[in-house]
Amino acid sequence: MFAYLLRRILYAVPILIGVNLLTFTLFFVVNTPDDMARMQLGMKRVTPEAIAKWKHQHGYDKPLFFNVKDSGTAQITDTIFWDKSVGMFVLDFGFSDDGRNISREIQTRMLPSLAIALPTFLVGLLLYVSFALVMTLLRGTFLDTAGVAVCVLLMSVSSLFFIIGGQFLISKLWHWVPISGYDSGWSGVKFLILPVLIGILGGVGASTRWYRTIFLEEIGKDYVRTARAKGVSEWAVLFRHVLKNAMIPILTGVVVVIPSLFMGSLLTESFFGVPGLGSYTIDAIQAQDFGVVRAMVFLGSVLYIIGLILTDVSYTLVDPRVRLQ
Amino acid sequence: MNFIPVILWSDALVFLLLSAGGVGVWHIRRHPHLLLPWQRVAQSSMAMVSLLLLSVFLLIGGLDTLHFREALPNQSGSYSPEVLSVLDKLLGKLKSQTEKTYSAPFATTLYAKETYTDAAGQVRRDYPKLRYGGAHLTDLSAQNSDMAWRSMQGGAAGLLLGGLLIVAFRGFGNNVGAQFIARFTPQKNHRAINCAPTNMSNFTPTIIAFLLLCILLGILANLATVYHVLGTDKVGQDVLYLSLKSIRTGLIIGTVTTLVTLPLALFLGIAAGYFRGWVDDVIQYIYTVLSSIPSVLLIAAAVLMMQITIDTHPQWFDTAASRADLRLVFLCLILGMTSWTGLCRLLRGETLKLREMEYIQAAQSFGVPHLRILTRHIVPNVMHIILISLVMDFSGLVLAEAVLSYVGVGVDPSMMSFGTMINAARLEMGREPMVWWTLAAAFSFMLVLVLAANLFADAVRDAFDPRLNRSG
Repeated sequence: MFAYLLRRILYAVPILIGVNLLTFTLFFVVNTPDDMARMQLGMKRVTPEAIAKWKHQHGYDKPLFFNVKDSGTAQITDTIFWDKSVGMFVLDFGFSDDGRNISREIQTRMLPSLAIALPTFLVGLLLYVSFALVMTLLRGTFLDTAGVAVCVLLMSVSSLFFIIGGQFLISKLWHWVPISGYDSGWSGVKFLILPVLIGILGGVGASTRWYRTIFLEEIGKDYVRTARAKGVSEWAVLFRHVLKNAMIPILTGVVVVIPSLFMGSLLTESFFGVPGLGSYTIDAIQAQDFGVVRAMVFLGSVLYIIGLILTDVSYTLVDPRVRLQ
Repeated sequence: MNFIPVILWSDALVFLLLSAGGVGVWHIRRHPHLLLPWQRVAQSSMAMVSLLLLSVFLLIGGLDTLHFREALPNQSGSYSPEVLSVLDKLLGKLKSQTEKTYSAPFATTLYAKETYTDAAGQVRRDYPKLRYGGAHLTDLSAQNSDMAWRSMQGGAAGLLLGGLLIVAFRGFGNNVGAQFIARFTPQKNHRAINCAPTNMSNFTPTIIAFLLLCILLGILANLATVYHVLGTDKVGQDVLYLSLKSIRTGLIIGTVTTLVTLPLALFLGIAAGYFRGWVDDVIQYIYTVLSSIPSVLLIAAAVLMMQITIDTHPQWFDTAASRADLRLVFLCLILGMTSWTGLCRLLRGETLKLREMEYIQAAQSFGVPHLRILTRHIVPNVMHIILISLVMDFSGLVLAEAVLSYVGVGVDPSMMSFGTMINAARLEMGREPMVWWTLAAAFSFMLVLVLAANLFADAVRDAFDPRLNRSG
C-alpha cells in the first residue's frame, strides 16, 4: 500500500510539470511579456521604457526557457520559466500584480471557501443518495416517473437562475437571510445558509438521476434476487445490499472532488461576496493577473491528483477484493 | 437592394457541420441496421416533440447564420460595415423599433415617470408613451380587446398554416413510408417493416404539439408587430429580438465545439486503445494533464490569452462582427480542447475491449492493415458512444456559455447571447419598479432549448445504448 502510494505520488510529478508547461506556454509564449505589459499599462501611449520597467518589476525581463548569456546551469535557471515554476512545487506562488503574497492569500481564503463548499457537499450527497434510494424503492410507479421528470427539469435550469432567483426570493422579498456577505465564526452562519441551499438545489437534478441509474443497475443483479428469495425485506435489500454494492461507482464520482472543495465555487462566491478562493480567482481573471491564475491552476491540479489517489484508497475501504499494489 | 454575402468563420463551420450531418443522414438512410435505432427514437413521442422544438431553434439559428452586408444607398461599390443576417431582415421592425429605455412586456408607456412637454406645450410628469409599442392605439383602454383580437387573428393564421403543412407533409410522409416497405419487403426484413413508420398514429402527440406551436408562433408574430411582447431593455431594444438573436450563439457553442472534440477524442482514444504500449502512455499522459486542470480555469486562462491576441492585432478584422465572431470560434475551440478528455477515455476503454474480440483478431491474422481494421471494425463499433456523448454534451455547453459569459470569459460583450443578456440584466432586479423581463426571457428561452435537448438526448441514449435490454 505504501509503495503504491509512493509510486502514485511520483507519477504526479510529470503530470504537474506538464500542467505547468501548458499554462506557461499559454501565458508567456502565445503572448510575449511585451504584449502583457502593454495590456496592463493601457493600449495607447506606452513608452518602451515603461514596458521595460513593468517587465523588470514583475521579473519578466529574462529569456523564456534558455538564457544564452549565462553559462552552466544558470542557462536554465536564470529564465522566466525556472523563476515562475520551481517555487510552485513547494507551494510558493510568489506575488500577485498588486504586490501581495499569493500563498498567504490562499491560506486565509481557504476557510471561507470550505465553509460553503463542505456543507453543500455533505448535505447534498446525503440528500441526493436518499432521494435516489426512495425513487429506486418506488421504481415503476407514477412517483418515480414524476421524480425523473423533475430531475430533468432541474438539470435544464441554468445555475445562474438558481442564484439570482434565490437571492431575489429569499433575501429581497422575504428578508430571511442577508443577500450576500461573510463573517467568520458563528455569526457568519446566516450568510452561509442561502449559498449552501442554492448549491444543493443546483446539483439535485443531475446527481439524483445519476445515483438512481446506479441503484437500478445494481437492483437487477442476481444477489438481489437471492436476498429477496430468502425473504429479506425491500428496505433491507436496498440499504444492506444495494447501497453497499453501489459504493464503488458512487465513490468514483464523489471522492475525487473532496480535495477540490478547497478551491470553492467561482459563481457562488462571486455572487454572494464570499472572500474565498473562488472569488479570488474570478477577480484575478477579471484583472488579468496571470500569477494568481497560474497559481490557482497549479493548486487545482494538485488537489485533483490527490483526489484521484484518495479514490483508489477509498476503494480498499468499501471493497475487500481491491488491493493496491 | 444590393448586397454582398458575408461568410464569417462560424458560418463556415456551421455549413461544414450541416454538410457532414447531411452526409451522415444519407449514409444512415442507406443502411437499415443503422436506421433501426433512429426508428426507435422516432417512436418516442417525447423525443419527437423535443426534436420539433429543437428544429424551430435550428431554423432560427440557421436563418441567423446567412450573413450579408448591404450596399450603401448613395455610393456604388461600397458596403455598409454592419453585418446583417436573413433573420435581421425578417425581423426588420423588431430590430429597428427601439424605445428610449426599459418598458414592460405589452406596455404602451415607459416603465418610469419622466418630465416632458406634451403636444399642447404643457410640461407634465407622467409615464411617457412609447414610440412604437401600442402606438397604433388611439384609445389606450382598448388595448385588451385589441390584443385579444390580434391573438385570435394570429392564432387562426398559425393553425391554418400548420394544418396545411401537415397535410402536405403527410402525403409526402406516406409516400416515403410506402417506398420504405417496397424496398425492404423482398429481403424479408421483418424487423425493418415492423419499425417502419407505416401509420401516423405514433405521431399524434407530435402533430398536436406542432399545431400548438404554430398557433403560438402565429400569435407571437402578430402581436410582435405592434407591441414589445417581452418588453425592452435598458437602451430600448426589443427583448424578443435579443432572445431570438441569442439562439444562434447558444447553438453554435453547443455544436461547433463538437468539431474540435470529435476528431481529437476519436483519433487519440482509438489509437491509445488499439496500439497500447508507448502510444497509450503518451496519450494517457496528455489527457491526464488536461483533465487535472480545473476546466473553468483553463478556459479562463485561454480566453484571456485570446483576448490579448485579438486586442493587439486589430488589423486582422474588417468589421466588428468578424472580431466578435472570431472570439466565438475561439471559445468553441477552447471549450472543445478542454472537453474531449472524457470521451477520449471512454473510447480508449471500449477499444481496449474490442481489440480482443475474435473478429478483430481474425482480421489481424489475415494481415489486414491497422488503418483498415480501425476504420472498418473499430470506428463503427464505437459510433454509438460518440453519438450519445455528443448529444448529451450539447445542453451542458449551452448552459456553460451563460456561466462563462457571466464570469467575463465567454463571448464578446457585443455579441448577443443568453450569457450577455443575463450579465447585463442581473442588477436590474434591484431596480424600483423591478425590471424582470430581460432575465425572465433569457432564462425561459434557455430552459426550453436545454430541456428539449436533454429529452432528445435521453431518447437517443435509450435507443443506442446496447446495455439496455430490449425484447424484439
